[in-house]
Amino acid sequence: MTVPEGTEQSNLPDEPPRTGRQWFLLGARAAISIPALILTAAFVGYAGLARETGLTLPETLAMTGLIWALPSIVVLTGALSSGMGLIPASIAVALASVRLMPMTMALMPMVKVPGKTKTWHLLIASHFVAVTAWVFAMRNLPDLPREARLPYFTGFGASVTSFVFCMTGIAYMAVERMPDVVAGALVLLTPVYFLCSLWGAARLNVDKIAMVVGLALGPVFFLYLPGLDLLWTGLVGGTATYLGMRVLRGGRS
Amino acid sequence: MTEGLIRETWWWPYVMILVAGWLATDVWRWIGVFASGRLREDSELLIWVRCVATALVAGLISKLILFPQGILSETPMWLRIAATCVGFSAFLISRQKVVVGVLAAEAFLIGGWWLLDRVVW
Repeated sequence: MTVPEGTEQSNLPDEPPRTGRQWFLLGARAAISIPALILTAAFVGYAGLARETGLTLPETLAMTGLIWALPSIVVLTGALSSGMGLIPASIAVALASVRLMPMTMALMPMVKVPGKTKTWHLLIASHFVAVTAWVFAMRNLPDLPREARLPYFTGFGASVTSFVFCMTGIAYMAVERMPDVVAGALVLLTPVYFLCSLWGAARLNVDKIAMVVGLALGPVFFLYLPGLDLLWTGLVGGTATYLGMRVLRGGRS
Repeated sequence: MTEGLIRETWWWPYVMILVAGWLATDVWRWIGVFASGRLREDSELLIWVRCVATALVAGLISKLILFPQGILSETPMWLRIAATCVGFSAFLISRQKVVVGVLAAEAFLIGGWWLLDRVVW
């Protein structure tokens, strides 16, 4: 990403240091980027999925804005459509969202100015932690002065979120008038996007094995234990993978 | 359209979205803010948690491809699986570029769908 470098170059020699608001706006401008466009396309695809599932427009937008993590949104959509209860649905979504915790943990030391940053600012900014903004932040923030990082990240996150929010609404309304082939193709966009980005985000081999196991178990549990199938897939597939890896690791050492 | 969603009251989906959606998601971000610098990212607990989360989302992926809702369910299952495989191969070949994978899968699906329509007519 060349954005921070670009802003360096446009700096006049004796320009006063930028204010938080200026960094916020610079971050917002940096949001016009390829990853943000891919994310928008994925949410446009989700709008198609939501409509086919029977969610209303306000429900779709509430999920987009409040959850802001596509896998969790899709898990909740699945839970709503299979009539899952509040508790099992919460557990399923919490399991799908748990990866946000280590991501946030890794990001926070980078944006914090020790002794100066208020915790509630961090709590607000943390809402924008999702794969796209996180990858962007980890790559670009280290080049910025420490005071600039939090407003810059917040500006980036806020503008990506608002843009995607609007596009999701527009796409939801447009799906009805689309030809069948296009509407259907939009629905396939979400799983393919997940498949690729989940594979790309896997850092250890065990993540990839868990993914393959989950792909295989998902349909089995869906056919034999519908309703709670996602929970079972995650718990059984994930635990089996983890234990298998431990056994292998133990055998080697 | 398939009859997917069960609606008893208008507000129930919003309770689900607030509690099972917003709270269940943002709580991890908040814990992340408070725990930063305290919990090790490569601890055994987090590795297990990541395995479970990955398997859960992967199960969702294959469910969305094999048993989709709405108009996509009218396509043959083999076409959806083939489109996904083409997309994933393209993703791997292109040095893991998500755009390439998604576009390849979509092109295959739309092309195959269009061809099938013509053959049937």
